[in-house]
Amino acid sequence: MSNKLIDLQHITKSYDGQVILDDLNLYIRENEFLTLLGPSGCGKTTTLRIIGGFEKPDQGRVIFGGEDITKLPPNKRHLNTVFQKYALFTHMTIAENIAFGLKIKNKSKAYIDDKIKYALKLVNLEGYGNRMPDSLSGGQQQRIAIARAIVNEPKVLLLDEPLGALDLKLRQDMQYELIRLKNELGITFIYVTHDQEEALTMSDTIVVMNQGYIQQVGTPEDIYNEPENAFVADFIGDSNIIGSIMVRDELVEILGAKFACVDKGFGENKPVDVVIRPEDVELVEPDCGTINGVVTHIIFKGVHYEMEVQANGFEWLVHSTDMFPVGTKVGIHVDPYNIQIMHKPASEDEEAAGIDE
Amino acid sequence: MNKKWLSAPYLVWAVAFIILPLLMVVYYGLTDKTGAFTLENFLAMGTPEHLKALGLSLLLSLISTIICLLLAYPLAMILVASNTSKTSFVVLLVILPMWMNFLLRTMAWQTLLEKNGVINGILTFLHLPNHNLINTPGAIVLGMVYNFLPFMVLPIYNVLAKIDKNVINAARDLGANGIQTFCKITLPLSIPGIVSGITMVFVPALTTFVISNLLGGSKILLIGNVIEQEFTTASNWHLGSGLSLMLMVFIIISMVISSLFDKDGEGSAL
Repeated sequence: MSNKLIDLQHITKSYDGQVILDDLNLYIRENEFLTLLGPSGCGKTTTLRIIGGFEKPDQGRVIFGGEDITKLPPNKRHLNTVFQKYALFTHMTIAENIAFGLKIKNKSKAYIDDKIKYALKLVNLEGYGNRMPDSLSGGQQQRIAIARAIVNEPKVLLLDEPLGALDLKLRQDMQYELIRLKNELGITFIYVTHDQEEALTMSDTIVVMNQGYIQQVGTPEDIYNEPENAFVADFIGDSNIIGSIMVRDELVEILGAKFACVDKGFGENKPVDVVIRPEDVELVEPDCGTINGVVTHIIFKGVHYEMEVQANGFEWLVHSTDMFPVGTKVGIHVDPYNIQIMHKPASEDEEAAGIDE
Repeated sequence: MNKKWLSAPYLVWAVAFIILPLLMVVYYGLTDKTGAFTLENFLAMGTPEHLKALGLSLLLSLISTIICLLLAYPLAMILVASNTSKTSFVVLLVILPMWMNFLLRTMAWQTLLEKNGVINGILTFLHLPNHNLINTPGAIVLGMVYNFLPFMVLPIYNVLAKIDKNVINAARDLGANGIQTFCKITLPLSIPGIVSGITMVFVPALTTFVISNLLGGSKILLIGNVIEQEFTTASNWHLGSGLSLMLMVFIIISMVISSLFDKDGEGSAL
């Protein structure tokens, strides 16, 4: 996981005067599972389609293994795509679907038969070769779409929300299957999704996008634990985002109360955003925490209880395995290292990061 | 819930206006003027003049169908490829002539093609030699193509529009160039539309007598004209019915052939 395999340089794209991608720079390393994550309309699918060759950027270059492929048509690129809703060829059998790319490349019949067998085995659908796509379930069709792509031995597999049409249980199974596939094949996966859980489960690197801009690039742990701005914090998992004041290094004033934290270098008395994950909010006896509040809502979620606590004019979202009935007076305590301090958006580019609400 | 009774009005309609008339045609076709059973009306199709008319009908409708297909397919592809606001306008242009009376449109072609008609008038004005356009097989083919083209465009457009863009993208992604994608994906997937287009053009073209009457004159007889004349000028309903039934047999045979072709096309697509 070292070399830059794909390098997107200054990619700009707009439709009908609406800017979808604005000066996007991103590189993808060899053998990496990279996920483009963001809400619909954030430009993630457009980015994938530009890499696949289905869209041409208005400006910028796509470098693949040191070569400029910006103007190459899709059939000349050494990558394959797994499309949303499978896009199987319904007039061909499963085996013919898988063989399509190989027949175009004039491979021998023995080679093709071998590959079909290998691919069907890889996606756990041995013996399905003579069936028609319509006779398969959604999950099976998706696996055929993956098999059809990987028999061509691409260096990169592009996946455009491939699990979007599947139900929850199947989606989770397929996530593990995709991780296994990636490890077995040893190739680069570029994955597009709006599902943050999917992204956290599978990726080596997550690229969070919003309104055509990259918000943060990092490992799932980075993105979850150290979100760079309020958008990322809000999009990845639940969080309490509170406008606060950084009093001095390692001390922040949240809703009028002073909390110890571990961040430095924000200056003195500067406005900042604070992110506290709901599972990091500890509920203690009244007056034993930093501030006091009252439980206003409680929902049982299986693994934990989700509670809302009204304290100092803010609804704190709290996840806890302990149950506090509605109306209970509680104290709130947060460990210093669980308080994540972020700059308030200032420049116009950062405005795009602003949360919609 | 049993909602079968909702179809009752249609059943009454079908019996009164489809099944009864058909039975009457069968009755007339199988009897002679005295009411006795006979197969002669059927076998009359075998006479040289009737065979000639049938052969000419088959030939001209086949040519028209092929021309319609060759014109309609690219047009349908352009319609699907262009953006939506333009598409609805062009689709309207295709459908618009269908809102005008069929006879009127064919008579307009008569005026255009006549010996002293519009086209020859323009040729004279340009000092070019006049051409004998009307009352030729070519004029009949022109009339058929003009009148039946929308029936070819619409079914093909419908199937092409339904093909997921990503299926085309997938073929390109797997290494197929534009021509390979068309031959292996687009064309096989559009065969149902082509078959229904062919049926919708070929059948009316085979049975028409209006177009051949107006643009073919009295010298070129298609099988439709022969049947029409038996009912009108000759007043021989028995012979007319017998020939009609024989024509139906030919149409059924051609439909069976085209449906076989459809299956064949799906099976051997790759």
